[in-house]
Amino acid sequence: MNILVCVKQVVARDSVLRIDPDGKWILDDGLTFEMNEPDTYALEEALRLKEKHGGEVIAVTAGPERSASTVREALAKGADRGIHIEDERFAEADTFATAQALAAAIEKEPHDLILTGLQSDDSGFGQTGVVLAELLGLPHATIIMEIDASGNQLRCKRELEAGWYQNVTLPKPALLTIQSGINKVRYATLMGIKRARRKPFTRYTPDDLGIAVTARQRLQRLYQPQQTQQTEFLQGTSREISEQLVAKLRFEARVL
Amino acid sequence: MSVLVVTEQQDGHWHRMSLEAIAAGQEAARALECPFLVAVMGSNVSELAAEVAAKRVSEVVLLDDPCLEQYTADGFSQALRQAIDQLQPALVLFPHTYQVRDLAPKLAASLGKPFVSDAIGMRVENKRPVFVRQLFQGKLNGDVTMEDEGPHFASVQSGAYRADAVEDGASTAAIRSLDLSIDAAGIRATPQQPFREAKDAVDLGAAEIIVSVGRGIQDPDNIPQAEALARALGGELAASRPICDNGWLPLDRQIGSSGQTVSPNLYLALGISGAIQHVVGMKGAKTIVAVNKDPGAPIFEIADYGIVADLFEIVPALVEILEARE
Ligand SMILES: Cc1cc2nc3c(=O)[nH]c(=O)nc-3n(C[C@H](O)[C@H](O)[C@H](O)COP(=O)(O)OP(=O)(O)OC[C@H]3O[C@@H](n4cnc5c(N)ncnc54)[C@H](O)[C@@H]3O)c2cc1C
Ligand SMILES: Nc1ncnc2c1ncn2[C@@H]1O[C@H](COP(=O)(O)O)[C@@H](O)[C@H]1O
Repeated sequence: MNILVCVKQVVARDSVLRIDPDGKWILDDGLTFEMNEPDTYALEEALRLKEKHGGEVIAVTAGPERSASTVREALAKGADRGIHIEDERFAEADTFATAQALAAAIEKEPHDLILTGLQSDDSGFGQTGVVLAELLGLPHATIIMEIDASGNQLRCKRELEAGWYQNVTLPKPALLTIQSGINKVRYATLMGIKRARRKPFTRYTPDDLGIAVTARQRLQRLYQPQQTQQTEFLQGTSREISEQLVAKLRFEARVL
Repeated sequence: MSVLVVTEQQDGHWHRMSLEAIAAGQEAARALECPFLVAVMGSNVSELAAEVAAKRVSEVVLLDDPCLEQYTADGFSQALRQAIDQLQPALVLFPHTYQVRDLAPKLAASLGKPFVSDAIGMRVENKRPVFVRQLFQGKLNGDVTMEDEGPHFASVQSGAYRADAVEDGASTAAIRSLDLSIDAAGIRATPQQPFREAKDAVDLGAAEIIVSVGRGIQDPDNIPQAEALARALGGELAASRPICDNGWLPLDRQIGSSGQTVSPNLYLALGISGAIQHVVGMKGAKTIVAVNKDPGAPIFEIADYGIVADLFEIVPALVEILEARE
């Protein structure tokens, strides 16, 4: 079974973000980057399916130069090949442009299954996987918590709202977007990191793939959200803060 | 030109966010000075259409077909493609539900159009909508515009518009039943009936005090500290999704869109950033206290009392004071 897994490099969690002077995106310098968290679960699921059913796992990203390290991380964890569609504009591209690039690269590879995360931690569109499926003409299912690929069809467990689930079957090939918590992700071993260096790594430019990176939706301005609720911030030493809080909960909010 | 809201129902019951989307649509249609249409889709849902006809809407559009009995991305997008063909709306709005996450990107992409997901607000500039959405996990907001001509697609975040803001109509609106021809063979997925895992062991819905831990707790070995605080307050322990994903607490203690919804008197959030999927599960709490070392954490936007500090300093101090009080 040949599995393509889409991984995106995003700014590390808990980073202090600074908006660039033209207010269109954040400043990259001084930041560290990591694999988008839901994508680590998608990659893990791909590796497990391959271990069960054989075949190949290919990790694909569309991103600026720095995102090559995320593809390498996927190779170190066990992906067989890497594809990097490189262009600075992918750092802040809209979902359609990104999906077009991913689709163009994926069309060149035989594929039974395509996995993506369900949402990116930076842009948070929550839709690139579904758009990609539509561009490739494939059926899809989203927010997946379990995959059974043993038969001719894919049997998947979808998460619904408020603790409900639903099983759904799809013909192969198909695209699934993976919810975090579907599995326990592995770490890269030293051996894996060494091996990764010798694994095939394809680099494309948008030109190579014959695609244009044009936006259909545009981020005009990025800014700090305005505080709407009047939060009362408590200050002092930990002891003072705690005393104030207990007093306020008792006498002001009357919840203790 | 018109604004079309696509509502969501399940077995004849509204999804609670459908009304919020209608409120958003009424506001958008007023700002864009155009007619306002509401689509009701499913199988045998004319009663729901009649309910909507009492609201301030120009026309209710009924997409009723046996193929729409159960949601499938292929079936629903076929139906909506036909509706859009016939109605030519400039803007199509959805509530940002899990079903819409599955459907709207496909529908928009099939027309080569943009879909602005999970918007928290909208205004009109130069006769075109400008949407506000959250980026970087709610740490920053962005103003988003759409290129080309419509139809444009967008979904609105849970709680961004108020269901009780929906205005009633002066008279009952007309209901237009669309002729659909859905190709059942084009529906590739076979969905089964929704189900629940073993019934929730703990029902946090009744808890009056909840101490909830997020990723800021850092290590499963630190959970007992939060537990001690919950005990000192006489409350229950709960968590954000990553804590349950990691197996540090059982799934039935997860608060949020895919977990439980609670409205205790006191919700104390320890090291929780305040992502919308968490917030929808607890924003009904009477009093919200947030302890977070990042002053920019979105949880402070809904907190009554905010403590910008290391939770490992605050929690032991709180436990000490509470225990001394007895
Ligand atoms: C479809 C979907 C469904 C989802 N369903 C849910 C759901 O039901 N429930 C849910 O919770 N999430 C859900 N999520 C995930 C959600 O988007 C967030 O990723 C999640 O809520 C983040 O959890 P967190 O706040 O614990 O972690 P983070 O966002 O990583 O935040 C950790 C916080 O801890 C603070 N911190 C770190 N160390 C300390 C310290 N020592 N002292 C004080 N503060 C500290 C940091 O400043 C940070 O703000 C869902 C996501 C999607 C896409
Ligand atoms: N630039 C990208 N390169 C590779 N995969 C991506 C990229 N952008 C998004 N994805 C995939 O699409 C998923 C959803 O992203 P988004 O639509 O931005 O929320 C992510 O979890 C990734 O799996």
